[in-house]
Amino acid sequence: MTDMSSDRVATGGRQRREPSLTFWLLRHENALLGLGTTLAALLLWEIAVRIGLADPLFTSSPSRILSAGYQMFADGSIYPHLAISGLELLVGYSLAILVAVPLGILLGWYRRLNAAFDPIISALYATPRIALVPLIVIWFGIGLGSKFAIIFLSAIFPILINTIAGVQSVDRDFVKVGRSFGASDRQMFLTVVLPASVPFLLTGLRLGLGHALIGIVVGELYAAQAGIGFMIAQAGATFQTDKLMVGIILIAGAGVILTNLLRLIERRFDRWRPTNRL
Amino acid sequence: MEHSNPVKLRARGVCLNYRNSRSNTDLRVLDGIDLDIIEGELVSIVGPSGCGKSTFLSAVDGLMTIHGGEIRIDERKVTRPGHDRGLVFQHDSLFPWRTVLRNVAYGLELQRRLPKAEIRDRARRFVELVGLKGFEDAYPGELSGGMRQRVNIARALAVDPDLLLLDEPFAALDAQTREYMQFELLKILDRAKKTAMFITHQIDEAIFLSNRVVVFSARPAKVKEVVDIDLPPQRTLDLKHTSRFQEIFRHIWQLIEEETGKMGLAPAGEA
Repeated sequence: MTDMSSDRVATGGRQRREPSLTFWLLRHENALLGLGTTLAALLLWEIAVRIGLADPLFTSSPSRILSAGYQMFADGSIYPHLAISGLELLVGYSLAILVAVPLGILLGWYRRLNAAFDPIISALYATPRIALVPLIVIWFGIGLGSKFAIIFLSAIFPILINTIAGVQSVDRDFVKVGRSFGASDRQMFLTVVLPASVPFLLTGLRLGLGHALIGIVVGELYAAQAGIGFMIAQAGATFQTDKLMVGIILIAGAGVILTNLLRLIERRFDRWRPTNRL
Repeated sequence: MEHSNPVKLRARGVCLNYRNSRSNTDLRVLDGIDLDIIEGELVSIVGPSGCGKSTFLSAVDGLMTIHGGEIRIDERKVTRPGHDRGLVFQHDSLFPWRTVLRNVAYGLELQRRLPKAEIRDRARRFVELVGLKGFEDAYPGELSGGMRQRVNIARALAVDPDLLLLDEPFAALDAQTREYMQFELLKILDRAKKTAMFITHQIDEAIFLSNRVVVFSARPAKVKEVVDIDLPPQRTLDLKHTSRFQEIFRHIWQLIEEETGKMGLAPAGEA
């Protein structure tokens, strides 16, 4: 076995290179390209407003948005909105995950169960969730309850459908291994089905998150007393473009941060995947 | 053949059908298989492709239900998979998300009989037994085909089965690695003191590894002939070039050719 171990050291032990500027630039090439383009676009926007090409009443401008945002954080008026929207997202999205993942595993695994529920799920998935908002408000009122329900309904289907697809695509050989080693159904789910469907699952979580964020805004635009979506609606109604933009940026920012968080989790679960990069 | 050792596997009149749900008919795959494997023996099964070798192995493992006859391991009747049998799969069916050590520990983890530390120790011993010491924390994706099949064997051995079932375990390996692994398998089985049933479509592999070679007929499979391999127990690679080895090879080849002819297929190549 000594020959094999030494072979592995030779190929596995990469030499650490001296850090240089070119190396650093190359390593962060994608991030730098993205950042550069974004900054250029913001700069053009600012210039267009400053030289009078665009009316700030309609378009606002990066500096105005920044100062409006700063002020809202400084006087604390933004915090209640953030707290409410954050709570809605946390409860609605978590509930969606807690229901969709186990249900998806069961529906993906038991063919008959899937056949029984497929028409209902397909119909609900195809229905634009916005159409359900008035009904949900009738049921749950204009408070938090209706927002939980809207976000839950928005996020659950992408997660559910991806989990089902993931379970159905699990390699039959893996299932056979579990069977051969005498795995119970529960053990099969936990040791074979769940780990094998992780890529599908995380795709579902990411899509679900996007839908959940839409759910927040839709719910709060329609009927609410607080929240970022409510703030956007109010600012829009009173021509406060700067404030409106702050709200949009907060939602977009939350989306970016949470998506990256999911990507980190994905990487944690994908440690084993051999990378093709040298 | 020494018959002083007890019988490990006893198969009597094993029948198995595949159901075709579209035409609502049954296709007989195994048609009354009789087979005994004595403790400590390695018995190979060869036969024309598609004859039901792997199906028989699945039946012995308990993954498939038989429709007639019975299979007993140490007098216990086989109805479903159990830890008295360990299956080594054809493809490397290792879990890519588990390290080598945790793949080997898989069966023990499912049993939940031993404490965690003991499972690790035991798995470590079997990783060592198959010659992969130092690779405990590697993922299967980082290993070569031959190494992955070693892990596959270690995973099956770790649950301490009475009978090891190997389903064409070296079929996907290149010729050189395959010869090397055949040699290694004999060493591993000798160290672990196991009885084994080996499915293969390679006649020389079957002869080289086995005490006896069982030739299956074309589907529906029956036992066509059991060939005792009267070669010295110490198997070395140059054994394959002896005239006795070639003689047995030709004999088995002829048996399979007769069966292949029956299936309406042209005999494949020359010996």
